[in-house]
Amino acid sequence: MAVMFGTAIAASGLRKAYKDKTVLDGIDLDVPAGTVFSMLGPNGAGKTTTVNVLTTLLVPDAGKAVVAGHDVASDTRAVRRAIGVTGQFAAVDDLLTGEENLLMMAKLLHLPKAEGKQVAGRLLDRFDIADAAGKPVATYSGGMRRRLDLAMTLVSRPQIIFLDEPTTGLDPRSRLTLWAIVRELVADGVTIFLTTQYLEEADKLADRVAVLDHGRIVAEGTPAELKRKVPGSHIRLRFRDQRELHAGAAVLPGATRDDDALSLHVPGDGGMKTYRALLARLDEHAVDVEEMSLHTPDLDDVFLALTGNASDPADTNGTSGTSGTSKTPDTNDTNTAVNA
Amino acid sequence: MSAMAASVADFSTMLQRNFRHTLRNPTALFNAVLFPIVMMLMFVHVFGGSFDVGGVDYIDYATPGVIMMTIGYGVSATAVAVQSDMATGIINRFRVMDVSPSSVLIAHVIASVLRSLAAIVLVVLIALAMGFRPDANPLQWLGVLGMILLALFAIGWLTVALGLAAKTPENAGFAVVPLMMLPFLSNAFVQTDNMGAGARQFAEYQPFSPITETLRGLLAGDPSASPAMQAVGWCVGLALFGYLRARAKFTNRA
Repeated sequence: MAVMFGTAIAASGLRKAYKDKTVLDGIDLDVPAGTVFSMLGPNGAGKTTTVNVLTTLLVPDAGKAVVAGHDVASDTRAVRRAIGVTGQFAAVDDLLTGEENLLMMAKLLHLPKAEGKQVAGRLLDRFDIADAAGKPVATYSGGMRRRLDLAMTLVSRPQIIFLDEPTTGLDPRSRLTLWAIVRELVADGVTIFLTTQYLEEADKLADRVAVLDHGRIVAEGTPAELKRKVPGSHIRLRFRDQRELHAGAAVLPGATRDDDALSLHVPGDGGMKTYRALLARLDEHAVDVEEMSLHTPDLDDVFLALTGNASDPADTNGTSGTSGTSKTPDTNDTNTAVNA
Repeated sequence: MSAMAASVADFSTMLQRNFRHTLRNPTALFNAVLFPIVMMLMFVHVFGGSFDVGGVDYIDYATPGVIMMTIGYGVSATAVAVQSDMATGIINRFRVMDVSPSSVLIAHVIASVLRSLAAIVLVVLIALAMGFRPDANPLQWLGVLGMILLALFAIGWLTVALGLAAKTPENAGFAVVPLMMLPFLSNAFVQTDNMGAGARQFAEYQPFSPITETLRGLLAGDPSASPAMQAVGWCVGLALFGYLRARAKFTNRA
């Protein structure tokens, strides 16, 4: 796949309204080539509309978009040659077999027959659908359909791939498989524009994340930068027993005490200086700490804080482990644990 | 590859896809054939005896009507197929791949025409077995084929436009119901003279009546020009209307 340098996707002031309902309210984007950019937002935020505009399917009311160096409005064909799109609903043909679907793509790209067969065979192997290649897609599982969908997009070897909610409705294992595929694509130099409503997905895959709400980007940055935007970063100290906890609490007056968990939460950003100062202070008073970990707010907290969907902003403060979205427990704590 | 050659190649790819759909989903074809045949049996053996159709054998009178009914029934599968293409996003995939819109849509129309034509051939063969005796000469048979193809083409475009406009498969199926009902409100099975005032006027001025009349004339070996001209006019108009609507919908709908 062709490796590009510079900007893969640039947009400024994209607007779109249907009758009196504003869907896109001035979107600006700048996605460097070879990176994963994730657009995160709830249903109806305008994610799919943005993808439709960037992939030439929809003409915006205002604004300009340049994809792969070509203007979406005036150089539609050049844009289409450079991109691949895997939409929210698997765009596969149920009555054809997996292999026939891929061969159909090859034919529509006017590849020579032998090359088409070769490409299809390789993709079937790579996406682990070779065993079901001769079966109608109607018999495939959800995960297989998505994989086939993505494989169909890859027949044209696009430089930029748009994935619109690629894992919505997938089981955890299929989701992990799809993530692995996305990482491989990035390793090949492909630029990925990913929309998702799963914070964990953006966190795991994206170099940069834009949070979209009501057609506007309400925050943008690396996942780490975004997490810093909400308060709630703290260092958690766990003690062996009540006595040690008590001693610790006496030394660290600013900390919040959790008697049940035998732990103290010390507000702080996890910088090395904070650690050193904290350890020095505990040492000084000979307080024995069992475990120390940094608890950073995850994108759930950011998301809820920024989109204003949280019932009370204070809720997100330091209790990120209890926020609603399902996820594996280890995503919450950036483990810089020091066993003291 | 030149733009023209690319379009032709895309069209043949799309047509192959639609043929595979028909072969793998035989229920659609079965429905399109079965219902008209059941209705033909009913009309000929149950109701037919009590209809006065001007002295001709009732089966000779009704067969052109059954042909029209087959046309009306065959299209619901097309409308649903087009709607499902839009809903699953595969048409968006084709659009992003720069597949020419006309090749996608024309493939649906042609597949629809050929599927209905196969059903009509079957229906006519069964009618012949039931005692249908046409008096058409070879040239008139050619005229019958031409009229049927033109009607299928017109209804095909109209159906594709209806399928593109429908939001759900149910809507798509419902949108073509009028096409199934039109033969009953025409001269397909009874003479319009015996209808009530409103129904008669409707039957005389709707497209299926002149088309049926034209087929009936040709099959009886006694064609007349006036209904044929009306029929051709209707078909050209409907085809154009359907085509323009379909094109506009296809371009607009993302």
